[in-house]
Amino acid sequence: MTKIISKAGSYNQKVVKCFKNPKNYGQIKNPDGVGEVGNPVCGDVMKLYIKVAKNKKGEEIVKDIKFETFGCVAAIATSSILTQIAKGKTLKEALKIDNKKIIKSLGGLPPIKVHCSVLAANALKKAIGDYYSRNDSKKNE
Amino acid sequence: MSKNIYLDYASTTPVDPRVVKAMLPFFSKKFGNTMSLHSFGQEAQQVLEESRIVVADLMKAEPNEIVFTGSATESNNLALKGIAFANKSKGKHIIISSIEHDCIIESSKWLEKQGFEITKLPVDQYGLINPEDIKKSIKKETILVSIIHGSNEIGTIQPIEQIGKICREKGVCFHTDASQSFGKIPIDVKKMNIDLLSASSHKMYGPKGIACLFVKEGTKIEPILHGGGQELRLRSSTINVSGIVGFAQACRICQKEIQKEGKKMIKLRDKLISVVLKKIPNSYLNGHPKKRLPNNANFRFDFIEGESIVIQLDLLGIAVSTGSACSSAKLEPSHVLLATGLKHEQAHGSLRVSLGRWTTKKDINYFLKVLPLIIKKLRKISPFKKND
Ligand code: FES
Repeated sequence: MTKIISKAGSYNQKVVKCFKNPKNYGQIKNPDGVGEVGNPVCGDVMKLYIKVAKNKKGEEIVKDIKFETFGCVAAIATSSILTQIAKGKTLKEALKIDNKKIIKSLGGLPPIKVHCSVLAANALKKAIGDYYSRNDSKKNE
Repeated sequence: MSKNIYLDYASTTPVDPRVVKAMLPFFSKKFGNTMSLHSFGQEAQQVLEESRIVVADLMKAEPNEIVFTGSATESNNLALKGIAFANKSKGKHIIISSIEHDCIIESSKWLEKQGFEITKLPVDQYGLINPEDIKKSIKKETILVSIIHGSNEIGTIQPIEQIGKICREKGVCFHTDASQSFGKIPIDVKKMNIDLLSASSHKMYGPKGIACLFVKEGTKIEPILHGGGQELRLRSSTINVSGIVGFAQACRICQKEIQKEGKKMIKLRDKLISVVLKKIPNSYLNGHPKKRLPNNANFRFDFIEGESIVIQLDLLGIAVSTGSACSSAKLEPSHVLLATGLKHEQAHGSLRVSLGRWTTKKDINYFLKVLPLIIKKLRKISPFKKND
């Protein structure tokens, strides 16, 4: 992997681009699932909102996804890329997105910033988990 | 679209072209070793002593009280460890503040392991030390008080003269780290009752790799570098003549321009501070509003993180710095900001803007134009309250 030392610290250009023009940030009104995680390393916070729908095959998919992040460049870039990867995926596929995949799609992160990508992966798992538990309780009603 | 605006002079400064010019002959033409007996060496020796006078002058010291070192970190290490080891038969107690530079904090931790006792004094919300606390903390075994003059982060200037007076009365050695203040505000080691003072060349438009420690005549101190016995046996190493010539030239320029430059800087700084606080909601000034270095402004913005601000600004060609945990190698927020009572998440949104010799009104205006937009954008991404 070649690392382009851009003007912005030790981040590569893809990371900088995602940070500069993040996609899918903000809130979703009446979300089907919300995942909020705090970064135990530096104290940052990430919040993920998802809307779930069914595809033609009847599988549940991430129809819409938005993030809010209080954190560094890497945290914002990983949040943005995560929403891009997850959007349109079935929940099953989405649950498989881990931080390695996120880092790979960004073309690498400085080692000290790997923990920020874990935050993003966990937020998605939590949001989907939240969706499942809401549904379960609905079913049980 | 991208500019080139440097607002991080507290980190390091460009070398003044007048300094470069003074240094040039000392690389290939006048390259002698001060320890040599021949004329090459003697020429170097002479220029070394001339430079010493110039550096001493700027702090009203005597030339034989200046020890050239390789960095302010080295000067601070020499001050702490040198005094500690030379005076340990008298006592093993050292007083510092909680907002010292890392090199003082780390040296103290190391000395603690060697059996010394360290007292770290708190500061108030502005980063000020209460001299009374020093008075109360000095005991029979105290051998050194080391307090930073102007804070490298929040810019707060300590009541050095008062602290010096207390130490003198109690017969305790007083060291101050003046890396950020030397050349920017007048210093008089005699009037201020200072026994040791660290100063650095690259913070005042001189080259990197050269600094000094003022050691008042008669002070008991041990070297930490042993060898050829240069610098009054306090700092063995071949003399960095070109660096010292540059340092001295930088001092000459500051000597001449310190008043004018200080005034200009304070005007720009105060404008910067007032406009930022006015234009940006939930923004605050870190450090003291008045008792601060002429070129330092340190802000904090709620709900967002400093590294993100720094990189957004960098993408627009503006260089500043932050004390946020995310930006530090240890992933911990600045100990200075925490010492002023800030919470982690408050320290997170901090931004240090430091001006210098070549900062213009235009630079500041541009910065003031783009900063509010960046803050707004990042707050939009943040999960916290954003009443912009
Ligand atoms: S969020 Fe703090 S280091 Fe990335």
